[in-house]
Amino acid sequence: MHRLQWEEAQHKNVILYPEGMVELNQSSAEILKLCDGTRTLGQIVRDLEQIFATAGLADDITAFLEVALKNGWIQQN
Amino acid sequence: MAGSNKTNITPPRWLLAELTYACPLQCPYCANPIDYAKHQSELETEDWKRVLTQARKMGAVQLGFSGGEPLTRKDLPELVKYARDLGYYSNLITSGYGLTEEKIVQLKESGLDHIQVSIQASTQELNDHLAGTESFQHKREVAHLVKKHGYPMVLCVVIHRENIHQMPQILEMAEELGADYLELANTQYYGWAHVNRDLLLPTKEQFEKAEQIAQAFKEKVAGKMKIYYVVPDFYEDRPKACMNGWGTTFLTIAPDGAALPCHSARDLPGLNCPNVKDYSIEQIWNESKTFNFFRGFEWMKEPCSSCDEKEKDFGGCRCQAYLLSGDMYAADPVCSKSPNHHVIQEAIDSAKASALADNEKPLVFRNSKNSRLLS
Repeated sequence: MHRLQWEEAQHKNVILYPEGMVELNQSSAEILKLCDGTRTLGQIVRDLEQIFATAGLADDITAFLEVALKNGWIQQN
Repeated sequence: MAGSNKTNITPPRWLLAELTYACPLQCPYCANPIDYAKHQSELETEDWKRVLTQARKMGAVQLGFSGGEPLTRKDLPELVKYARDLGYYSNLITSGYGLTEEKIVQLKESGLDHIQVSIQASTQELNDHLAGTESFQHKREVAHLVKKHGYPMVLCVVIHRENIHQMPQILEMAEELGADYLELANTQYYGWAHVNRDLLLPTKEQFEKAEQIAQAFKEKVAGKMKIYYVVPDFYEDRPKACMNGWGTTFLTIAPDGAALPCHSARDLPGLNCPNVKDYSIEQIWNESKTFNFFRGFEWMKEPCSSCDEKEKDFGGCRCQAYLLSGDMYAADPVCSKSPNHHVIQEAIDSAKASALADNEKPLVFRNSKNSRLLS
């Protein structure tokens, strides 16, 4: 129902859904790209901490994923 | 084309492709222009492909295939596929009439993202009366098939005095049909709805009751169904931010290729809407007189020009200002600051008097015969 795609004209990732669009900042887009149905939350956190060479992202990522879940951008297995 | 040096023109994001004015339904609140029968010519497939390519290049990403009934165009699957390849998120805005399972599958394979089906009422009798066509059962079947084939299902119900009392049943129907989105669109009084306003405009009490029911339901289905509620602007104190501002976001292409800043804009005098057969989308969007006409704030009159809310609502809707006050530069009369605001109360009173009259005149249905009679 929702589609994540890179928009060249806006230089942004966006989520598209019926009659709507959400523009994502870079970190939100990176989180959602990893929500591919194969990774667990723990793996997503580890991967992102590696990508951004930092630690302690778990709370921020969890909070964002809760928003994403509530908006239907992702589904819980 | 008239040039313009205005800066800060944002690119189009939404493209509404009105493929045709042909429609098997006759809804008396249709948003198509009253004189649609005069505009018989339709763009060729290649014209539409050029429009899609040019608008996409500028940044348009949401695409609505609309009409009329877009299913009457044989090249719809071809255009859907073309749009998908360009990266559009495409929406089919349909009455459902003539939509078969085979076609639903074919459109899915072509890359259609979602289907919005309109239903006129919660009962067969009223639906078929309003649509001017026997269509209720078929629409329900289509809604099931849309779900079955994995599309997000958007149910659209236009709300007015003839069906507003059915609000609880309309909501139940949406839930039963498994709608992912429900659009409750209070009638906007343009085009055919303007002609039929005395018969369609509900009272404030009816609106408030219906809205209360819809709000309570919204909470009940939160997380399962999203509800879009198009507000009845006649009962608001401030106008809607029409089209998110003229020439900022929305681009409509009419069946004959006229490019419009909103789908009613061809009714405004002297705009001379440019045609995609003559100009590129980029020229039309950036340079045409039409698209620059109401950009920014310089065109405004008082009370808009000194209003501290002008950046919020852009003075409201230009088409409504013209329809209700005869002046397309005036504040939208919906605004309580407008010197013409009294026309709104007069419209409400007139509709109420009509509802109470013994011999209420019949609805004028949207068809070619009536279009020719009225234009």
